[in-house]
Amino acid sequence: MSKSIVISARGLTIRRGSRDVLRQLEFELSAGGITALVGPSGCGKTTLMRSVVGLQKITGGSLTVLGAPAGTASLRSRIGYAPQGTSAYLDLTVLENVRYFAACVGADRDDIDRVVADVDLASSAHQLTGSLSGGQRSRVSLAIALLGSPDLLVLDEPTVGLDPLLREQLWQLFADLASTGVTLIVSSHVMDEAERCQDVLLMRDGRVLAQQNPAVLKERTATTNLDEAFLRLVRDDEAEVAA
Amino acid sequence: MIGRASLATARRVAQQLRHDPRTVVLMLLMPSLLLALLRYVFASERAFAASAPALLGVFPLTLMFLVTSITTLRERTSGTLERLMTTPIAKLDLLVGYAIAFGLVALVQVVAAVLTSVALGLDVGGSIGWLLLVAAADALLGVALGLLASAFARTEFQAIQFMPVVVLPQLLLCGLFHPRDGMARLLEWASDVMPLSYAVEALQRVAYDDAVGVTYTRDLLLVLACAVVGLALAAATLRRQTP
Repeated sequence: MSKSIVISARGLTIRRGSRDVLRQLEFELSAGGITALVGPSGCGKTTLMRSVVGLQKITGGSLTVLGAPAGTASLRSRIGYAPQGTSAYLDLTVLENVRYFAACVGADRDDIDRVVADVDLASSAHQLTGSLSGGQRSRVSLAIALLGSPDLLVLDEPTVGLDPLLREQLWQLFADLASTGVTLIVSSHVMDEAERCQDVLLMRDGRVLAQQNPAVLKERTATTNLDEAFLRLVRDDEAEVAA
Repeated sequence: MIGRASLATARRVAQQLRHDPRTVVLMLLMPSLLLALLRYVFASERAFAASAPALLGVFPLTLMFLVTSITTLRERTSGTLERLMTTPIAKLDLLVGYAIAFGLVALVQVVAAVLTSVALGLDVGGSIGWLLLVAAADALLGVALGLLASAFARTEFQAIQFMPVVVLPQLLLCGLFHPRDGMARLLEWASDVMPLSYAVEALQRVAYDDAVGVTYTRDLLLVLACAVVGLALAAATLRRQTP
């Protein structure tokens, strides 16, 4: 059961206007690990994440999440989503925000205390979210995503603007969650964060360039870090397209 | 219909208002202050008593329209609405929550405005309770129209521009400035399809007659029906998925 498929994309295509934002995506994600979603900005990372959480209409192909087509109502209580930016009420305190979303998700009181402690915001619980620093705000957003102990966590750039200490702490939290069987997709444009993940999904221009374990990926491209590996893959890809 | 999520939403909106005392004071006092101003503009109790009932319909509609459309638009642009759409909350729960919170604010506002009018010389023929009921229904209509209008605005600036579009024609044609049956045929027809006309008519009935008649009941039901239809249409404009 631990290696069951959590996300499966078959020819997933998303067209916005006349532009294909995602082009014929094919990949599978198995349960209980962290997958880093990396690639330059505008490559379709956020669109892919929005598709997984059911916010994006799918133009073509299929996307199956936790055994059901993406967007199915029953999935809403099983997926936690932290969009880019704050996505919480700036004119509410941290605790008021978490409490409100807990009611929407159906999480109980213990859960509220747990998630606030998990993101290390207990000491700012009664502060207005709008008065917090950028890093603290993104942790409010993360706390909300953790409510209700979802099976799948979709986190869009959760560590932007965080100091190294906090970043370390959050990645530890992600690892702990993964070890309890939660599946995480974490987007980032910092490649060294991807090194901590079991799997890297490299995207470029609406396509998946590679999906592999970071160590295997470096070995395959004969490089020493993921930045170089990415560049190598892009060049190979361009050569292939040109040929 | 009123579930846990509706009540949580109403509570959350109330909390947001509590953190913004200036808005609360403005909302609660402005109609009363404007009525007092009007009383001294007319410099006659009789002239005031002739227009006050209509204004008791105009003020709640206008204010609630503005407050609701801006708040909802903020919810759309800040990403919180999108986030809510990934949780199990029903769209109607969200709107009903809004209607409860703003409806209660409107009720307090209307009570203050009615008491002010009475103190300034409005002689209510019927029961003040029936007067409040129409004004509250009218405020609810403002909430519903505001929710609906926010779907057609991209920015807060646009949302404010919808106020003259939605509210001012109703104000001009509701019978406050000129009796409706004395208008040109076309304008009378236009007036006939505007909900504020019926709110004003009902308010005038209950202010000048002491019995609650057929017209009053019909008008009240019409205003309520328009509010419900507005809420339903607003729910239809909320989309879980974007193209």
